[in-house]
Amino acid sequence: MKILLVDDSKTMRNIQKSILTQMGHTEVQEACDGLDALSKVGSFTPDLMLVDWNMPNMDGLTFVKQYRGKGHKTPIIMVTTEAEKTRVIDAIKAGVNNYVVKPFTPDVLSQRIEETMAKFSAAA
Amino acid sequence: MDQNYILPFIKSTRNIFETMFQMSVEVSDPVVRKGDSPSHDVSGIIGMSGDTEGSVVLSFPMETARRIVTVFTGQEVGENLEDLSDAVGELVNMIAGGAKAQFAGQKVSISCPSVVIGSSHSVYGRKDAVCVTIPCACDCGEFNVEVSTRPAAKGVGTQGAPASRAA
Repeated sequence: MKILLVDDSKTMRNIQKSILTQMGHTEVQEACDGLDALSKVGSFTPDLMLVDWNMPNMDGLTFVKQYRGKGHKTPIIMVTTEAEKTRVIDAIKAGVNNYVVKPFTPDVLSQRIEETMAKFSAAA
Repeated sequence: MDQNYILPFIKSTRNIFETMFQMSVEVSDPVVRKGDSPSHDVSGIIGMSGDTEGSVVLSFPMETARRIVTVFTGQEVGENLEDLSDAVGELVNMIAGGAKAQFAGQKVSISCPSVVIGSSHSVYGRKDAVCVTIPCACDCGEFNVEVSTRPAAKGVGTQGAPASRAA
C-alpha cells in the first residue's frame, strides 16, 4: 500500500513512518505542505494519506478540499493538534475519512489506519 | 491572568509528555514574569489569534532540549540543530493545540511555530498581556512553558507573534 505523509514537521513524519514500517508499510512518500502534496499525488498515486492541518504555504484542510475537488477518492486521515469538535466537523465535511489528534500513541494511529482502510475496502 | 488560561497549558503539556514519552511532568506554581526573567537556550514559539490572542513559548536549557528530543525522535541529536528545532516546534505546536481545544466555546487559531536557538536569549510577548511562567520538570530536566495571552479586544484581530532577543 502506497502512503503519502503530509506534515511540515520532519520529526512527525519520521514518527509516522516508523509506525507504518512496524505495520509492514514501506512504500511511503513525504510532503512538507499542501502544495508539495498536490505536486506529488499525481505521480505517486497514494492509497492512503495522513495529512496535518497547520502547515505553511497550504494547510491540510485546503489541500483536502482541492484534492477532493478533483474527484479523488483516496482515503485521508487528518493527523493534527486541532482537537475541537468544530474542526473535526470541518475536516469531515471537506472529505477527511478519519481523524487522529496529536499527541497519539502508535496503537491509536495503527488502529485508525486499519479501520479507515477496512471501511474504504468495504465501501468499494 | 485568569487561571482558565493557564490550566489548559498545564494539562496539555502533561498529556503530551505522558502520551509521547511515557514521562510524567512535575509542575510548580505558575509565576507572573516580570522584566528579564531567567531564560533558556532553546525556545519554541507559537502565536494564538481569534477569541484569545497572544503567544506560547516552550523554553529549555540546551541539554534538556537535546535529551527530550532524543526521546521524542528516538535518535541522538547531532551537531545539526535543524532536527532539534523541528522537534521543539512540533512540541510547542502540540502544547498550544491541546490547550486551545480546552478553551470552551472559543474559536482560536494557532500559527506555525518558530524556534529560537541561542544561549540565554529572552522572548518578549505582547506588552498588553501578562506573561505567566509555568515551571516544569521531567526526567530529562527542567523547562518552562510561558503563556502570554488575553481575550481578544472586540473588533481587533491581531496575531500574537512575539519578538525575541539574544542576550
